[in-house]
Parts: sequence; C-alpha cells; structure tokens
Amino acid sequence: MELSSFIIFLAAIFTSNILLTNFLGMCSFLSVSKEIESSLGLGFAVVFVMTMTSALNYLVYHHILVPMNIVYLQYIIFILVIAAFVQLIEIIIERFSPLLYYSLGIFLPLITVNCAILGVSLFLIIRNYSFVQSVAYGAGSGLGWLLAILALAGIRQKVKEKFVPIGLRGAGLSLIITGIMALAFIGFSGVVIIQ
Amino acid sequence: MTKKDIFLNSTFTENSVWKQILGICSALAVTNLMINSLVMGLGVIFTLALSSFTISLLREYIPKRIRMMVQTLIIASYVIIVDLFLKAFLPEISKNLGPYVGLIITNCIIMGRAEAFSSKNPPVDSLIDGIGAGLGYTLVLIIISFVRELFGFGTIFGFTILGDWWTKWSIMVMAPSAFFMLAILIWIINSPKKEKVK
Repeated sequence: MELSSFIIFLAAIFTSNILLTNFLGMCSFLSVSKEIESSLGLGFAVVFVMTMTSALNYLVYHHILVPMNIVYLQYIIFILVIAAFVQLIEIIIERFSPLLYYSLGIFLPLITVNCAILGVSLFLIIRNYSFVQSVAYGAGSGLGWLLAILALAGIRQKVKEKFVPIGLRGAGLSLIITGIMALAFIGFSGVVIIQ
Repeated sequence: MTKKDIFLNSTFTENSVWKQILGICSALAVTNLMINSLVMGLGVIFTLALSSFTISLLREYIPKRIRMMVQTLIIASYVIIVDLFLKAFLPEISKNLGPYVGLIITNCIIMGRAEAFSSKNPPVDSLIDGIGAGLGYTLVLIIISFVRELFGFGTIFGFTILGDWWTKWSIMVMAPSAFFMLAILIWIINSPKKEKVK
C-alpha cells in the first residue's frame, strides 16, 4: 500500500513517535531534558540532522550500496554518513554564524551517538520508503522527538520542587513521566497507522 | 583490582543501565518477549566484550582526536557480524528485532565502557569488563521482559504459564509499560542504598 508522504509525516510525529513508541534517542532525552532552553536547542538540531541524514542515507543506500551489492555494510556506511554530516555542519555553522554555533554547537557532537538518527535511517530502509516518503519520515520523527523532549522538560521543571521518593528522583521519575506521555500518545493511534 | 572485582563491579555495582542510565533505548524496545531480550543481550555481550578487547589492544595506536570515529568503526564491524549471524541462523528473531540489532552501534553502554575503561586498561581486563557490563545489561533486559511477557502474553519463553483463565494485560505489550517497568526497577534498586548513605 502506498502511503502519502504527508500521512507518514503526521504519523511519525504522533502515532509512531520515534521516542515514545520506538524508544530511540532515550539517552540524550533523559540527560538534556532538565531545562526547556537546552531541550529546544537539541531538539532543533535533531530535526535538522534527521531530515538531512534520512535523505542522504536513502540516496547512499539505493544508489551506492544496492548497485555495488554491499548492503551488509549499511551500518558502517550510515554511521559514517551521519558523523561526517554532523562534522560538516559544525564547521559550516562555526564559520558563518558564531551565534548559532554557541547555541547549537555543543549539541552537535551529541547527535552522532543519538540512536534515533541511525534508527530513522534503518527504519526507512526496512519499510521501503520512497525518497519523498523518507524525507517526510525523517522530518516527522525529528519533530516528534522535539515535541517529546519539550514536553518532558516542561513537566520536569514543574515537578522539580515537589516531593518525590528518594529512589525515584532523576531518571526514575523521568521514565514514569515519559511512560504517562506514551500512554497519552496512544490516544492518537486511531488517527493514522504506519506499521 | 583483581579480575573478579572488575567483573562484579561492571555487572552489578556500576551496572550501566540502572546506575548510569545508559543504553536504555534498546533495553526498552526489545523487552516484550523474553527470547528477543535474550538474543539481544547475547548480541550486546558479544559486541561489548570483543570491541572492548580490540579497543584496548589498539589503545596506544589510536590518535586521540579521532578515537570516537575509530571506536565506532570497531563496534560497527562487530555489530555486522552479529547481524549476519542472526540473519543466517535465527531469521525469525532477526526480523523481530529489526533495526535494533544495528542500533547496538549507538548503544551508549559500549561507547561508555570504551571511553571509561578499555581505552585505559589492558586487553584481558577490558574483555572481562566488557562481558560483565554486557551481562548486567542482559540481566536488566531479562527481568523486564519476564514481567512483560508473563503478564502480557501469559507465557515465558513462549511456553504457556498462565492458562485461559488469565486476562492478558495488553498494556504490558505496548510501549508505556516498558517505561514504567524500568522506572520501577530503578526505583527498587536505588532506594535502600540512598537511605544507608543518609
């Protein structure tokens, strides 16, 4: 069945949110979500890198790996593409917009090891998306991730001064909040479904 | 530190999942069935042990500036072996795990151990540390998936334990329960120790 790109885009944000249903990008999600501002910075960096790398990895996979019959090398190639792209962006931003570099720069190295980025590239290969679908999926997943980390950062700032059982402070509480968010997002699942 | 200390330290005291909250992406995703968790755990132990060993062997020769890149490449090579092995011998499970096998590359535990331990210690110690950390990770996966599979499907490793009278908790199969289970596990483990410190 051919899904329209717009539906994939919407579904990637809400019904199959990369973080809340596929659990990708949890590490930086938990460690950065202490403040809204830094979450926003990282979130935008993720949206940008995810959109671009899903396009790049699609092209690399279908125009280089498949014709050369070295599909089994996809993991190495994908991670190289992501790392190289992030490095390139870092250099460009540093050169042309120091202001943006200071607000976004520290998050860029973090992104290379964000499993959501690699995850999106792997998913779009497994699901056989076309080029436009892949880009839509990448952008949607990035936005979905941004949405989730912003929501968590907001909630964490609210509960900071409340009483929380000692063992649950920090990661435990964040996980429970995320769980409740995931429950809430299940409510979207009737709207559109992609695998 | 003796070899036994290194092993116990990386498996329990410094357990990557509940102490350092690393590598939980895959810990959450594959825990709906015990068999998936077991295979995933074995894959991680293999990758972790061998990549720790290799990184430690090469630690004198890797230039500081590009060490992350080199480490990632070493890890990725071992992950490819795991992936090819699963595709060949356990195609069903390989399909279930989907992209999560590939995502072992970005599993923070492996990078974490590489940075924290094997880039400073001799190969054999690093190998033991890697196996220990991998076992600690597998332990967490097995605990979570045990509860999720038992309540969600009424089975353990696919064998029916709870019969027809059991109403399956479909929430246990869905994503949120993974978050709750891990949170509860972290809560239980972290509670008594903090009180002693007080």
